[in-house]
This record gives sequence, structure tokens and C-alpha cells, in this order.
Amino acid sequence: MMHLSKLFSVSLLCVAMIGCASGGGTSDEAATTTTEVATEDTQTQAVPESPDVSVVTQEQVEEVAVNPLLDQTLVYFGYDRSEIRPEFKDVLNAHAEFLQANPAARMVLEGHCDERGTVEYNLALGERRAETVKRYLIVQGVNPSQLETVSFGEERPAMLGSSKSSWSKNRRTEIKYQAR
Amino acid sequence: MSLRYWCIALIFLSSLARAELTIEITQGIASSIPIAVVPMKWQGKPLPENVDEIIRSDLERSGHFGILDPDDMLSHPASEEELYFRDWRLLKQDYLVISSIKTIAKGQYQVRYQLFDVFNERELLAQTLSANTNQLRDIGHRISDAIYEQLTGIRGAFSTKIAYVTTNRTRTQFNLAIADSDGAREKVVMSSKYSIFSPSWSPDGKRLAYVLLEDSGSKVYVQDIATGKKQLVSNHKGINSAPAFSPDGNKLALVLSKDGNPEIYVVDLNTRHWLRVTNHYAIDTEPNWMPDGDHLLFTSGRSGNPQIYRVSLVSGFIERITFDGNYNARARLAQDGRFLVMVHQSAKGEPFHIASMDLSRGLLQILTADTFLDESPSVSPNGVMVMYAAKYNKRSILAAVSVDGDVRFLVPSKSGDVREPAWGPYID
Repeated sequence: MMHLSKLFSVSLLCVAMIGCASGGGTSDEAATTTTEVATEDTQTQAVPESPDVSVVTQEQVEEVAVNPLLDQTLVYFGYDRSEIRPEFKDVLNAHAEFLQANPAARMVLEGHCDERGTVEYNLALGERRAETVKRYLIVQGVNPSQLETVSFGEERPAMLGSSKSSWSKNRRTEIKYQAR
Repeated sequence: MSLRYWCIALIFLSSLARAELTIEITQGIASSIPIAVVPMKWQGKPLPENVDEIIRSDLERSGHFGILDPDDMLSHPASEEELYFRDWRLLKQDYLVISSIKTIAKGQYQVRYQLFDVFNERELLAQTLSANTNQLRDIGHRISDAIYEQLTGIRGAFSTKIAYVTTNRTRTQFNLAIADSDGAREKVVMSSKYSIFSPSWSPDGKRLAYVLLEDSGSKVYVQDIATGKKQLVSNHKGINSAPAFSPDGNKLALVLSKDGNPEIYVVDLNTRHWLRVTNHYAIDTEPNWMPDGDHLLFTSGRSGNPQIYRVSLVSGFIERITFDGNYNARARLAQDGRFLVMVHQSAKGEPFHIASMDLSRGLLQILTADTFLDESPSVSPNGVMVMYAAKYNKRSILAAVSVDGDVRFLVPSKSGDVREPAWGPYID
């Protein structure tokens, strides 16, 4: 329940910020109902056919351009896992929107692992982490030609050291824009 | 800038270039064979290598021998005339090695040694070998090989080489190096700012395949050791990794993810014909050849966790080999395929260690205990020892353990981290 309510507030926050640019942000499978409610809420707010509408759209564009979520370029993973955790979906949705709004933008997704397990298995796991993020962005409507993946396995740790905290920082996909 | 500053910088740079491996034996077998290797008789200026010391440390490192300190010997005989077996029985020695060295030409030496059974007062082995100054270490290792084989019935592997990767703490400089099996005479064969891993020897010991992780991703190279020439073998989209030479040296098994996910491939190095071996949405990696050249062992995540599988290159039939444990990966064979050696994690959250599995009985034994995050096991060509990489005192070091788990030693380096050992083949 706590999880759901947290998601609800996150999506509300997202809605308040972006003004619900598209239906793209409503794919949290865990919280479909709550998200729908949120969408309905915003729709009713945004619907009035007053001169306001054009103002909202402009704000929307500006908001996307400076969307603070775009500054978040790290997606973290669980040990030996490659699924995207729900808390990173808003960040990825923001990047998906940006890529759709800017077809010339190119993104490289770098998959990384912590040092546990074998070098070669981790190279493969790193690729899976980059590929899951790529697939998620494609499902959100991003053109696949804008996306590249590369795996660095356990070879380029973000943090040195063999502690739980450095391991959790090393299991990641790094989002890097080639052209933005 | 003072001269002292430059000296310090020079020392620092040279220590970066040479990892300088040393050996610390941590466990030997309780019933080791007592043997005395008498200091070699030599009349002249000190030799660049202490040949009898090389023999003593080789035999000691094997874990099978208890070595008598030369200071505890009653005499230092060099010939049968000077030899009193009673002295050595008194010192409770089972075997005795005596030797002498002489110059036959400038920079050319002749070494003669004899191995005796002390109890039966019988000569077991006698050989005369010649060498130049640079080959004195080789002579030491060859004598160790012969003594080891005579007394254990197993071919010695002291003359073989190991390849490994050294790196500085910040991981900005990587060296692929080759050294004697005791870590001596390190020679860097490739340096890069990019990570180097999975070195794999060709069966003739003349080439090394390895992975270079460039900014655009992983690529597989094969390098001729004598000429230093490297050739790009695999540069497909996605992962190019985990190379392994076939027993005949003509093919390379490796991993490509050009199909969207990591699969095992075999490439013929002469015809460049590619054969796809696996086809599964899970991770398939770390191929290793069975001695018959018709089967590969590999790691697959198809059951949910990494486990070891075997695939027939003839029929394509795939069989799961390991069932015991949460994580089994990077399989290597020992003793003509009787034992499987791998990275093993018994359950989630448990430490990673090196384990061996008796393939005929299916029994799994964890071999390592005092090191942390053990990985990259590589078996000596005689199937007796496993060299692996591990964390020890917050450093990446090499360590070794016997396939039966009885003998253990550490191979720490004086500077930087050492990873990815690959034990080379016999070179005749």
C-alpha cells in the first residue's frame, strides 16, 4: 500500500510539472488504476477550451526543455538483475519525451555491473541492463535509430572498493547523449 | 624540480610497468615427501640465477614436498664420492638431489644433476643439460619438472608460462603480461588504456587471444607473442568476447551479441567461417573446449541463474552439467576432463569461491577459503593446480589451489592489481 501511495504522489508530481504532455507516462503496470485517476484529473484541468490552452502548451515545451529529470542519467539495478525498477520510470519517461521531441538527438546507453561474479558473465549482464533501458525507451515511442547500447561489464566501476554501497552504485546503465 | 623528485617518479613508473609477482605458500599437504636439494657446486663469479634455489622453490610450491633448508644439511656433496647416505637418513630425507655446474664456453654452462633414493641408496635420475646465461632459470624449471614426474608420476608444469593482466589502482592503464609459472621474468606483451581480459593461449603457446574493451565496446584480438603483431578477429555489433582456442588451434569459440543477446559462436581462423552454436534468449557465455574438440562447455543463465552446460558441435545437443549452487560459471577442465573447475557461489549472498566437480561422480568440492571474490580459474596443463584471481587485503591478486584443495599459495604483486590469469600449455 505504501508503495502504491508513493507511486501516486510521484505521478501527481510528474503531472504537475509536465502538465501531462502525453499518455507516455502512464505505463506503471503496478499502479495502473492510480495513474489513470491522475490522468483523468489532469485532463479535466487541461481541457477547458479557453485561450489558456496555448499558454499551457508553451509552458509544456519549456518545461520539457528544462525538465530536471533529464539531468538524471543513471539507472540503478538490483544484484544480478536487469529489470527497470519503478522509481526510474519517470526519469526514463522524461528522456523518452525528449528524444521524441528532438529526433536529431542520439543516446548511448552504457551497461555496467558490480565486481561480483565472472568478468564475462558481467559483460553479458551489462549489455542486458543497457538493452532493457533501450527497449523501455522504444516502447515509450522513441525511434530505435536514436539509441545505441554498449556494455562495459565490471570494467569501469563508478566507485572503487568492495562494499555494498559501491556495488549498488556500480550496477547501472549510464545515459549519455551523443547529440542533444 | 629536484633530482630526487625525478628519481621517485622513475621508481614509481618502473613499478607500474612491472608487477613483480612473488609467492606465499599458505597450505601444503601434511604428508609431504622430505627432499634435500643440495646447493649446486660452482667455482667462479656468482651466477645470475640460483638454479638449486629455483628447484627448491618449485618443489615446495607444488605442496607435495618438504624441503630441507641448506643450512640444516650436514654436508654439501656435489658428486657420488662425496655422498654419505647415512647423513641424509639421519636428517630423515627420502630423496636427495646433488648437482654441479661448469662453464663450457663464454656464457655457456653445463649442469649435471642426480636424484637419489636415500633409503635404497639408489640413483633414480641423472641428466646433463646445457644453457646460456638467459636459460639458467629454464634449466632450473626443467630439473624440477623431471624430479616431480619421477617422484609423483605426474608430468611437471614448472616450465610453463602464465599470462595475466596487471592494472593500476585507478584502472587507467592495463598490461597483458607473460611470466614463468613462478611469476619470474615478467614480460609485457600488450599495454592499453583500455581494459584487457579473458586471455586465452593457443595450444602451441605461440599466440594469445584476448578481449580489449574499447570505448565502442569489446573486441577480440589474436596476438602473435614472438612478433607482437595483433590481429582484430571479431568486431561485430554488440559484445565480442570470451575467446577460447580449439584443441587443434584452428578455431576460436567466442561470444557475440549481434543477434540481440549473447550467443556462443565458433569461427574458423583460416576460412573465417562463422558457426552459431547456441540460440537462447538467456545469457550464453564463457565457452571452453572439451579435449575431443567436438563439445564446448559454457555458462548459461537459461535456468534463471548461471550454470554450466555442455553442447555438442556435431548434434547441437545441450546438457546441463551443474545443479549444485546458486552461481556456477567459467568452467575449465582438469585431468583430461575428469574434473570441472569453476567459479561457485553456494547460495545467494554467500561468497564466491573456486570449486571442482568430479564429473564421473557429480561431487562438488569448494577449494578456496581465505581469498575473497574468487574468479577466473585456469588449470595447469598437468591438471594439478588452478590459478585464479581474487581479492586479498583489498587488492586484486593471483592465487593458486590444487584441484584436490590440499595445496594453496598466493601470488601477490608488489604494486597494482593483477587479474585474469591464463595458464599456458606445455612447450616442447
